[in-house]
Amino acid sequence: MKAIEMTGLTFSYGGTSVLNGVNMTIPMGRFAALTGDNGAGKSTLIKILLGELPLTGETGSFKIFGTDYKQFRDWNEVGYVPQQGMASYKDFPASVEEIVTANLYSRIGLFRFAGKKEKELVLEALTQVGMQPYRKRLIGELSGGQQQRVLLARALVNQPKLLILDEPTTGVDEKNTDEFYRLLKQFNREYGVSVFMVTHDRKRLSGLVDEIWHLENGVMIQTQTKEAENGDI
Amino acid sequence: MEIFNYAFMQRAFVVGILLAMVIPCIGVVIVLKRLSMIGDALSHTSLAGVALGLILGVNPVLGAAFACIVAAFAIEGIRRKLPNYSEMSIAIIMSAGIGLAGVLSGFVKNSANFNSFLFGSIVAISNMEMFLVMGVSFVVLLLFFLLYKELFYLALDERSARLAGIPVKKVNFIFTILTAVTVSIAARTVGALIVSSMMVIPTACSMQFSKNYRQTVLYAVSFDVAFMIIGLFAAYYLGLKPGGTIVLVGVVSLLLIFIGKKLLGVKS
Repeated sequence: MKAIEMTGLTFSYGGTSVLNGVNMTIPMGRFAALTGDNGAGKSTLIKILLGELPLTGETGSFKIFGTDYKQFRDWNEVGYVPQQGMASYKDFPASVEEIVTANLYSRIGLFRFAGKKEKELVLEALTQVGMQPYRKRLIGELSGGQQQRVLLARALVNQPKLLILDEPTTGVDEKNTDEFYRLLKQFNREYGVSVFMVTHDRKRLSGLVDEIWHLENGVMIQTQTKEAENGDI
Repeated sequence: MEIFNYAFMQRAFVVGILLAMVIPCIGVVIVLKRLSMIGDALSHTSLAGVALGLILGVNPVLGAAFACIVAAFAIEGIRRKLPNYSEMSIAIIMSAGIGLAGVLSGFVKNSANFNSFLFGSIVAISNMEMFLVMGVSFVVLLLFFLLYKELFYLALDERSARLAGIPVKKVNFIFTILTAVTVSIAARTVGALIVSSMMVIPTACSMQFSKNYRQTVLYAVSFDVAFMIIGLFAAYYLGLKPGGTIVLVGVVSLLLIFIGKKLLGVKS
């Protein structure tokens, strides 16, 4: 099964074309990176992947786990790590624990509160990213790298099949970026989580990801695969 | 105590404490959604509803509630159309509300009644109004409690909340109604020009001490109840207008907290 499958997908805002016939397939369990200059259409692509943009009037198709995006309902199987957690959460009065617990909504349900099992899941996710000792801390008290690890734990707490990351290490120092990438690779290799990461950080991708896609003026090109790099194809 | 010998002061305390529990619950979410000015826009627009109610001979509180609900949805509608300029939606509706209130107030025969909504008249509320506040407060507190985690996640990150399965549109719809109803009820008692400060100031005070969202809500409610009680006592014994006194108690407290933290070298 494919985690993401886009075939000839177009998208335009008003009369301005943003994506021009994108063909992109990410098999389950792969670690893919997407690069591209500002304005290349990366943010639009992320919005489409997260089901935020209606594709009515557009041509092509977009499937997620083999299901057309219009019929897809299992969004809790998709983990999302936003860009610049630090800026958005700087003054937000929430503890690390509360932020991760919030993502267990579909498990907890309407009008209910987190129970013992959910608290264990939160603790497990925070332990996996090394943030368990900080669980009672305010998110704004943490460094940029620590905040991004908390957001990774939030995405992982639902045990997603696919992780989508939008420039997750922007504003994060080199040491924490390395640690963040190490965690991503670990989850990809050990738990088989498919990863799709938008990044500007091309220099760190070699040896980290299985394939690199590049978006330029709305056209998608696959520039590198692990197999080609290893000389397997 | 002499102050509690008067039925009007007993009612003022009951209504004031209930509102001081309800308003910060709405206020915390509004502040965290970065929509602090929405309370101002709604309360100003509520004056148009008050004026319309007085002109048509309908209960002005109902008129205020109607105007607030229309205004709240108009703000949400404009915000969705212009997501990068969400504060503009508040300015547009506030201007429209003030303009309409100004024009309609010219047709109100009893201007004293209309003016009482500007700064409120918590010591002049009837038994019926007290029961109305009790009923609304119960409903708002119940829904806030039931939707506690949904409102928290929406305030934190609407996109992730949707991915987590929260029915974002429905919860936002309910919250919009709760905000509008709370503002319109509060306009009658503490004053249309004052209600938004009762949303924002306790939240600002609370955020100086809280270590998580739950504490933020609990501290904000505690601060607002304290401001209300101190404000009512001060207004009674010093012969001041209660609405303004309550807000000034809050502002002075916030300033003292800032100064205290600065003197103690505590980081905000």
